[in-house]
Amino acid sequence: MRPFAYERPTDAATAVALASVPASAHVTAPVQYKGGGTTLIDLMKLDVMQPTTVVDITAIDDEAMHRIVPSDEGLRIGSLVTMAKLHADPSVVRDYPLLTESLWQAASQQLRNMARLGGNVLQRTRCLYFRDTSYDQCNKRVPGSGCAALDGSNRGHAVLGTSDQCIALYPGDWAPALVALDARVEVLGRTGKRLIAFADLHRLPGTTPHIETSLSPGELITAFIVPGGPRRRSLYRKIRDRESYAFANASAAVAIELDGRTLRDVRIGLGGVATIPWRAHRAEGMLRGQELTEANARAAAEAEFGDARTREHNGYKVVLGKATMVRALLDAQAMEVPR
Amino acid sequence: MSVGNTAAPAPLANMGEPIRRSESVAKVTGRLVYAADAPGQSPLQAYFLTSAIARGRVLSIDAAPAEALDGVVKVYTHLNAPRRIATPYTQKGGYASDTNMPLTGPEIHHDGQIIAMVIAETYEIARDASHRIVTRYDATTPAATIDSPGVDILHPDALAEKEKKAGDFAAALAAAPVKVEGVYSTPAQHQNAIELYSTTASWSAGELTIHEPSQFVVELANGAAAMMGIDPSKVHVVNPYMGGAFGGKGFMTQRTALVAGAARELARPVRNVVTRDQGFTLATYRSETKHHVRLAADHDGRLLAYGHESWEMQSRHDDYPLAGFGVTTAMYGKPAILTRVNLVKADRQTSGFMRAPVEMPYMYPLESAMDELAFALDMDPIELRRVNDIRESPIDGARFTSRSLMRCYDEAAASFGWSKRDPTPGSMREGDWLIGYGCATAGYPTHMAPATARVTLSADGSARVEVAGHDSGQGTYTALGQVAARELGIDPERVHVAMGDSRLPAAPASSNSLATASIGSAVKLAIDKLRSRFGNALPDDRDRSAAFARLGVSEIGDLGEFLPPGTNPEVLGMLRKGQVPFANQARGDESKNGKPLMFAFGAEFVEVRIHRLTREIRVPRMTGAFAAGRIVNPRTARSQLMGGMIWGMSSALLEATEIDEKRGRYVNDSLGEYLMAVNADVPRVDVIMVPEEDPEVNPLGVKGIGELGIVGTAAAVANAVHHATGKRIRDLPIVMDKLLA
Repeated sequence: MRPFAYERPTDAATAVALASVPASAHVTAPVQYKGGGTTLIDLMKLDVMQPTTVVDITAIDDEAMHRIVPSDEGLRIGSLVTMAKLHADPSVVRDYPLLTESLWQAASQQLRNMARLGGNVLQRTRCLYFRDTSYDQCNKRVPGSGCAALDGSNRGHAVLGTSDQCIALYPGDWAPALVALDARVEVLGRTGKRLIAFADLHRLPGTTPHIETSLSPGELITAFIVPGGPRRRSLYRKIRDRESYAFANASAAVAIELDGRTLRDVRIGLGGVATIPWRAHRAEGMLRGQELTEANARAAAEAEFGDARTREHNGYKVVLGKATMVRALLDAQAMEVPR
Repeated sequence: MSVGNTAAPAPLANMGEPIRRSESVAKVTGRLVYAADAPGQSPLQAYFLTSAIARGRVLSIDAAPAEALDGVVKVYTHLNAPRRIATPYTQKGGYASDTNMPLTGPEIHHDGQIIAMVIAETYEIARDASHRIVTRYDATTPAATIDSPGVDILHPDALAEKEKKAGDFAAALAAAPVKVEGVYSTPAQHQNAIELYSTTASWSAGELTIHEPSQFVVELANGAAAMMGIDPSKVHVVNPYMGGAFGGKGFMTQRTALVAGAARELARPVRNVVTRDQGFTLATYRSETKHHVRLAADHDGRLLAYGHESWEMQSRHDDYPLAGFGVTTAMYGKPAILTRVNLVKADRQTSGFMRAPVEMPYMYPLESAMDELAFALDMDPIELRRVNDIRESPIDGARFTSRSLMRCYDEAAASFGWSKRDPTPGSMREGDWLIGYGCATAGYPTHMAPATARVTLSADGSARVEVAGHDSGQGTYTALGQVAARELGIDPERVHVAMGDSRLPAAPASSNSLATASIGSAVKLAIDKLRSRFGNALPDDRDRSAAFARLGVSEIGDLGEFLPPGTNPEVLGMLRKGQVPFANQARGDESKNGKPLMFAFGAEFVEVRIHRLTREIRVPRMTGAFAAGRIVNPRTARSQLMGGMIWGMSSALLEATEIDEKRGRYVNDSLGEYLMAVNADVPRVDVIMVPEEDPEVNPLGVKGIGELGIVGTAAAVANAVHHATGKRIRDLPIVMDKLLA
């Protein structure tokens, strides 16, 4: 790990001022925020990230960033809330099962105790070529250098939202739930606060895989706002090689409202298959107002994955992704929902 | 009768007491000192830079940016490496587990080869400095997988003896009414012990002290002496405890001499701790294998033909052949047999020991093929084994000293509830989950090695056992203490066992599941000698002080030397030089010169559940029954067997080192990406120990159990997957991709 300056401001404005330094890419930005540090510190040890200044935001003394506040407009979740704290909140567990199940099935308890939600949604890809600097080719790490994953070991890489510059998977579990619920992100910058749709936070790799989000240098996520709800008929299905402490091979966060067997509303976020948290708009459009049957769900899943692009080792993700979506919808239909 | 699923099963016939491991409290309270924690030194830290290509040359290596960092003492490359003397491969009379000696030239022979060693005042500085070294390569396309163009496939004459043959295979196969045939493969795997590899070397007055986790301290001391060009008596290896080894810490690697050489040159202690990812390329591992198996039987299931050709991944520079036909041909029937092994030479590091190195990859295809044959015959797989259970070798008619395979099947089947199995694939379901039951045979030869041990009895009734043996976590301290206590007629708590020190009486590598049998036999022989000093009866508590007074001593010790039957006395000399007598081994699976076959057996049963839509595989329960002669300690034995079964399940479903075929590099080289089972994957494991007596195998009547549990599990899982789905997956690991295809 290279030497770095360590700052620990107690107010958000100071943090933003410290971090508002020009940068051409997120990974190489010279100033990095540290929440729980569960991604950043690893990547610094690996020499993938070499910040000259680390701004620890956990000491920021802003109550709103540490709290979960239910309101008529929905749920406001401070960005410094830990993963563990949110899935330990009984009202969120009851009213938004997809938000808490997705956290419960992520990482390990030790990591969940450390990791903050603001950092969680920004966790970086597990692409093996990104995380190992001995590979020359990685457009995310070194823009223009190429992509070793295209013809390398790519079982864990994305099939949706890819480009021929990058197929790195977005690995998180919570973000698919947020994107399904039309969450918004509250961001603090040097000129003040702004709200952006969660769906606009992550950027498709396109020709600029090193630009990972729509956050400008220094912008700090302060809260997530989940509108509407409760979403009691909702869940998160995560399919993985082993039962715990593993990233998703495919996952689906679904929230539905039923009128008998008819889907009055349906929201689907996909994980483990795409370069960004993936909202299954096409599938939702086909299902809304229709009966929820296995055949209808399957047809919607087929459509959603119609544009999937596979590589040598990740073809199974298309089959699995569809199956996971179908399973999640059927399981949500079968849920016993508390009144 | 079975033993319940508790941590300390009550002993049945021919079993010792299930006492707790002597170091267990210290271990779980963090008080044991491991090699890299050795106190009393402030060593310099060495950090390796490893190659980013699998084949080619280093064109240039610029260490100046690293040397410019404060705290960097030295950067070694092939241009200025510490002086070492090459030692041959272990199987060729030397001490190296991999003879590719780093920093001797610009050539690169495999991914992750050491190309520089940074020495600095702290680990962090050394690591940071290593990242600043600028290397330019001339890369050549590597050949790194069994099917890659550019590998060399060899069929060495030296392995002819291991290629078992009987009868006319082609004729028997052609005439047989029922046949199955398949190509199976097992992946590369890495031991990934929680304790990382490390070396700490310090010199004092021309003598070298090494703290390093090692399963063979006598070999490590002799090997380091050879590479440093000093007398073996000048090297002292200290390693009392290990946090897992699993074969990876078996023979000496090239790291030891690099670190010791730097310590000598810099005149300061030097420590190197290998990172998790470096551990994938800087030690031996389990390499991938491929198998073509043919089985044929009559309509009653009697085997008529067994053909098995294999391909084993090797480095270019050393051969580590497995050729496991001695094991597979000792399993069933009296078929005509034809076997052949091919060595696939590629741009990889040398492979080596990993739990059941021979049996794991060879029993998986055999036990899968047996299940396929049972299915083809419409016969219960247990009954197929029963029809083909044997008392003598189909190769040469050699008998078994004991064989309780079918008793294991019967006990395990009853406990597991095999009778509830509907044999039709895909017929058992619960909700959205397909259920499958599968079983397979575990078998492990009872190997033995020469061993020596000193036992000292004191007038106060305490005793000391001293031996350069090892405990990598399996309970050797406790087992040897129990063996000595039983022979001495004292309480195990009164026996102190000292191990993990190369200056103690020589012991073989802790490998091949032979430690308790071999060292324990030496302990028994030492105590037999002590007994003769007291007129052939050891004094008990009442007359002990009087007996010692008559001899005029307060303690009395003697050395036991165990020479396995059928080996010549020269092997003891080789042992003291840290060499394995490869040409003169007491192998349980070799029956030449009238020697009987010696094996421990087991039967493993697995239930799998597979989701009908998403096809992930879960294993809610496993049952194994094992018969392995005398069980010294049912508690530690159960742990060993259970650990083996868990690892076997993990290796069937999860564990594989992924190789980027184009670049010839390991890609999932971390515990985050190299998946192994976690607690949630292992809800229930039942271990049954079937009483068995075999006074013939060795003076203690003990068969090895360290590796038995892992053998067969992968096949039992694969067979259960077939039962659940009707799909036969012949390539491990059985990941969901293969069931979704």
